[in-house]
This record gives sequence, structure tokens and C-alpha cells, in this order.
Amino acid sequence: MKSASATPAYTLNHPRWYRKRVSTYWWLQRWEYLRFVLREVSSAFVAFFVVTTLAQLYALSRGPEAYAGFQQWLKNPFVIALNVVSFFFVVFHSITWFSLSARAMVVRIGGKRVPGALISSSNYAAWLVVSAVIAWFLLRG
Amino acid sequence: MEAKPSQLRLEPLLWILFSAGGVVAAFLIPMHLFLQRIAFPLGWAKAPDYATTTAFVAHPLVRLYLFVLCSVPLFHFAHRIRYTLYDGLQIKHLNEVIAVCCYGSAVFGTLVAGLLLWNIH
Repeated sequence: MKSASATPAYTLNHPRWYRKRVSTYWWLQRWEYLRFVLREVSSAFVAFFVVTTLAQLYALSRGPEAYAGFQQWLKNPFVIALNVVSFFFVVFHSITWFSLSARAMVVRIGGKRVPGALISSSNYAAWLVVSAVIAWFLLRG
Repeated sequence: MEAKPSQLRLEPLLWILFSAGGVVAAFLIPMHLFLQRIAFPLGWAKAPDYATTTAFVAHPLVRLYLFVLCSVPLFHFAHRIRYTLYDGLQIKHLNEVIAVCCYGSAVFGTLVAGLLLWNIH
């Protein structure tokens, strides 16, 4: 059963809403829109990294020759170029994600809201620490 | 409430996976990408050899870490691409197909990651 508030009587014969047709290429019209779409597209490069990581794990499970073959594939100039582009997109994702979390997270200390700049700067600090730990694990071998 | 209870339950989970994937991708992937995909292939730093890598990946905690590293970012990707296709290209009539394809590929990737990491000794 539908509630009265969902279909109020006075909207039964409402005139058609005026809605302006939005171009399919609306995201090319302003830099802010394009930046938004580029931020969303960064997730495709995240997925590309995951797929190559899965391929790496598969090669690892197949033995030393397969693993050497995978590492050789990574040296292909096109693959390196794609990974360089991926790197910039993923860093763009990190930066936008940290500034987004400053708006999304409401942290209160002593009844006062912690300013967003403090949240994003602590995110950057944590990012540095986490990256250093990853680098330590990967470089010590 | 009785309209679509299944959708109502699934949507929060998808948003949680999206933001968990966003956090994992933001904090972890840049350094992995820089070292393993740029610095090692270009010879800027020495990549760990096969024996070291297999021994390292065999550790249960490393496998769990790699599983999380592969799985949740795929849901992050699925969620963002779903809404980008929805808003960006305005193909609302394909909404269900897009959602199934996006989350389906994330589930598939998660299964592949689980299978690979389970079988590595």
C-alpha cells in the first residue's frame, strides 16, 4: 500500500516538470566537471594495477620461468608508459580521497569539530608512514 | 519499505566496499605501483628474486594483505565506473546490466585472488 505522502493528491495533474536536456559531453564543459570525471576514471587504473598484480601472482605460482617472463613483460615500454600514467592517476586518487575524507569525517575533540585541514594532513602523514613500510618490505629482498 | 527490500540491504554494503577500496587504493597502491611497476622494471632498484618473493608471499599475513589489496579496490572501481556510466553517459536504461557487470567483475576478481593466494605455497 502506498502512503499518502508518496503520492499527494495535488500532484496528480501537475504540469510536466521542466527539465533541460543535458549534453552527453557535459563533463567537458568545465574544468571542475572534467576533474570530477578524471577522479572517477582513476579507478580504472586502480583496477589495472589489481589485474596485473593477479597476473603476477599467477606467474609466481607457475614457477621461476613464468615469473621471469612476467618481469620481462613489465619492461615493455608501452607497459611502463601505461604504468607511469596509472601512477599519476592513482596519486590523483589519493590526494582527492584525503581531501574528501576531511569533509566526510566529522571528528570531535572536546565538543569541537576538528578542522578538515588537520584531518587531511594526518592522512598525508599516515600515507607517508604506510608507503615507507611498503617500500621497506619490497626493497629489503 | 516493502518496495524492494533486497536492494535496500545491498546498497549500504556496496558503499562500504567502495569506501574501503578507496582507502586501500589511496594508502597502499601508489608505493606498490611506483616500485613494482616503474622502479623495478627500469632498474632504479633491485627487485626481490623469485625465491625471496615466493617465501614472502607464502606467509599467511602477506597473503591476507594481498587479498585485501586486490579485492576491495575492485569494488571501489566497480562502484565508481557504475555511477560514471550512469551520470556521464546518461545510459539509465542499462542501469541493471551495468551494475551486474561492474560488481560481477569485482566478485570474479576477488574469487581469482582468493584462489591464487590459497594455492600459493
